[in-house]
Amino acid sequence: MEVEEVLRPGPARVDRPAQGALNRIRIQPSTGWGSLNLGELWAHRELVYFLTWRDVKVRYKQTALGAIWAIIQPIMTMAVFALFFGRLAKVPSDGVPYPLFAFTALVPWMFFSNGLTQASNSLVHNANLLTKVYFPRLAIPISTVMAGALDFVLSFVVLVAFVAYYGITPTANVVWLPLFALLALVTSLGVGLWAAAINVQFRDVRYTIPFLTQFWMFGTPVAYPSSLLPEPWRTVFGINPMVGVVEGFRWSLVGAKTAPGPIIALSSLVAVALLVSGAYYFRRMERTFADIV
Amino acid sequence: MNDVVIRAEGLGKKYNLGMRKKSFRESMVDLASAPVQRARRLLTRQSAGEEDDDSIMWALRDASFEIRQGEVVGLIGRNGAGKSTLLKILSRITEPTCGWADIDGRIGSLLEVGTGFHPELSGRENIFLNGAILGMPKAEIVRKFDEIVDFCQLEKFLDTPVKHYSSGMYVRLAFAVAAHLEPEILMVDEVLAVGDARFQKKCLNKMEDISHSGRTVIFVSHNMSAVTRICQRAILLEEGRVVASGESHDIVSAYLRGGAGTTGVREWPDISRAPGGKFCRLRKIRARDREGRTVDTMDIRSGVGIEMEFDLLLPGYHLLPHFYLWNEEGVQILGANDLDPTWRGRRRPAGRYVTTSWIPGNFFAAGTIFVDVAIIAIDPIETQVHEQSVVAFQVIDSMEADTSRGDWAGQVTGVVRPAFEWTTNYTPAGIEVGKA
Repeated sequence: MEVEEVLRPGPARVDRPAQGALNRIRIQPSTGWGSLNLGELWAHRELVYFLTWRDVKVRYKQTALGAIWAIIQPIMTMAVFALFFGRLAKVPSDGVPYPLFAFTALVPWMFFSNGLTQASNSLVHNANLLTKVYFPRLAIPISTVMAGALDFVLSFVVLVAFVAYYGITPTANVVWLPLFALLALVTSLGVGLWAAAINVQFRDVRYTIPFLTQFWMFGTPVAYPSSLLPEPWRTVFGINPMVGVVEGFRWSLVGAKTAPGPIIALSSLVAVALLVSGAYYFRRMERTFADIV
Repeated sequence: MNDVVIRAEGLGKKYNLGMRKKSFRESMVDLASAPVQRARRLLTRQSAGEEDDDSIMWALRDASFEIRQGEVVGLIGRNGAGKSTLLKILSRITEPTCGWADIDGRIGSLLEVGTGFHPELSGRENIFLNGAILGMPKAEIVRKFDEIVDFCQLEKFLDTPVKHYSSGMYVRLAFAVAAHLEPEILMVDEVLAVGDARFQKKCLNKMEDISHSGRTVIFVSHNMSAVTRICQRAILLEEGRVVASGESHDIVSAYLRGGAGTTGVREWPDISRAPGGKFCRLRKIRARDREGRTVDTMDIRSGVGIEMEFDLLLPGYHLLPHFYLWNEEGVQILGANDLDPTWRGRRRPAGRYVTTSWIPGNFFAAGTIFVDVAIIAIDPIETQVHEQSVVAFQVIDSMEADTSRGDWAGQVTGVVRPAFEWTTNYTPAGIEVGKA
């Protein structure tokens, strides 16, 4: 019998696990609205962690005051409000001492406002990453907003101290507090994604944001209670998602008199809509970032 | 036969030249005037699909190729040929305008050294940050941390903020991290252009190691010496198109010959396209013999002249022309500075200069020699011209006895092969060798 096949030794081959279609990527021009590709973002979660860590570390290394700054900002603002709105203008405060009333709102407000400001410029600030490495670009604004979380925690500690100082015992409603913090994060990120994506092409955005947040703060019941508004308008006010955040914070932590149920529902809806639409818009514009940044 | 890991078909990338950051106002104005633009196009009979030629640029056009697993492929071409664009598309940093590519395997891209380094963070912190940005999982960075530190030899400085590092240290740290990336497909864009010669050698060695371990490498470079050393195949791009692909030696020769038909000369008749800076432009560079003929091959015993022709556009500059020679193994043989006393230390008037450096025969080893050309201005030091691998010539060993090989017919090693002067002293027999 003839042995037809002869085993020939071949060149050394690298052992590749059978990947086949699993690792195959097709590169081609995308059309229409891309998918959010959250799976890929999740796969890059370590990178989000590192970018957040970087932002936090750099901020604390560069500033002399560092952590103190996170606390000074809301405290000083509260002091000014307490003097002008609380004492001089005698703005009502839902049965809570005015300084505490204002501070409870300022803590989540600062988280939102700083998060938005940082996120809107995050892509341009990280232009070198956009043009040299691939990773899901959502990681950048997300990490910027998360970096603000540390400041939020610090100012929250001060808030708790305030609550104790005023001798107020939180009711069972305090369990809802994390949800309101989450709502602030969602709003911050949602608007931040829109701003970040638009800012890449229209750099005006960067200069509009400080003005926008200033204006937004007056449109949010930080210095005044939403109970100033008569009923149908008060609920409609909830279209501003930060209204739900701020009133929710006050209700759950310091027991402000009025329970703001419908407002919160409306705010949550708007916040989620902002986030989802922001994410889709961001993903759609992502294709052009490296070319125009 | 190895599998194809990258298959590209008709890849193209178009840029609108007006694509710059517009202000909102400008965009609104554009939007408002759009109907007027369209009317104008209709009147001048431009077809609806075509924009003005002036406003669009195809950085890459109809690029199709295949790359197999384990290959090291060089991507070469002049500046603006589309190499970086192609790499960006394959690295998913930018999207193609048309065409597609299939990639099988994890990609690691090294388009610059030290991406994401932050000056305020320490070396240690930047290793983690950079590694994460390049795509290494944290566990992998931890596992390789000691190797990385060992590679760049910066243990003592790990906790100093990187802003205090010298540029050489910076590059060593950055490359150390990048070198430990283990993707299945590695794409490298000209990272060899930074760093000193010793560092560049380290980079090349590392890339060779990577290719020996079976991984695929795509290497963009202007250094033909490095390309011939580590790439088996090369793809030549010209004005966005793939014009040739094949065995790297052949493609490198094709690139160097350019339009001239010979690798021994390159010239730039149009000054607007001549390489250089604000006040000095290189017009022509060639390898020549004593009779003034351009040479691209020569006998090992012959000398060669490296002739540089450049224009100084503004008077009063102190210039230093110099060149570097590289062999096929990626080794830099030498660098030579202009020693001609005529202009040494003197500020030159504007005009055209032709500077020639004469290299004696019986000096080079056999093989291809690549020439890099540079002109710097002194005081203040400013590079005006730096062109890699502009011309090349072949040194042929004639196997004659009047070269350094003497009577030896076998292989002769060495980066250079000078024929030295030797002397011998002889004393006849009769001296006491030693008693039994």
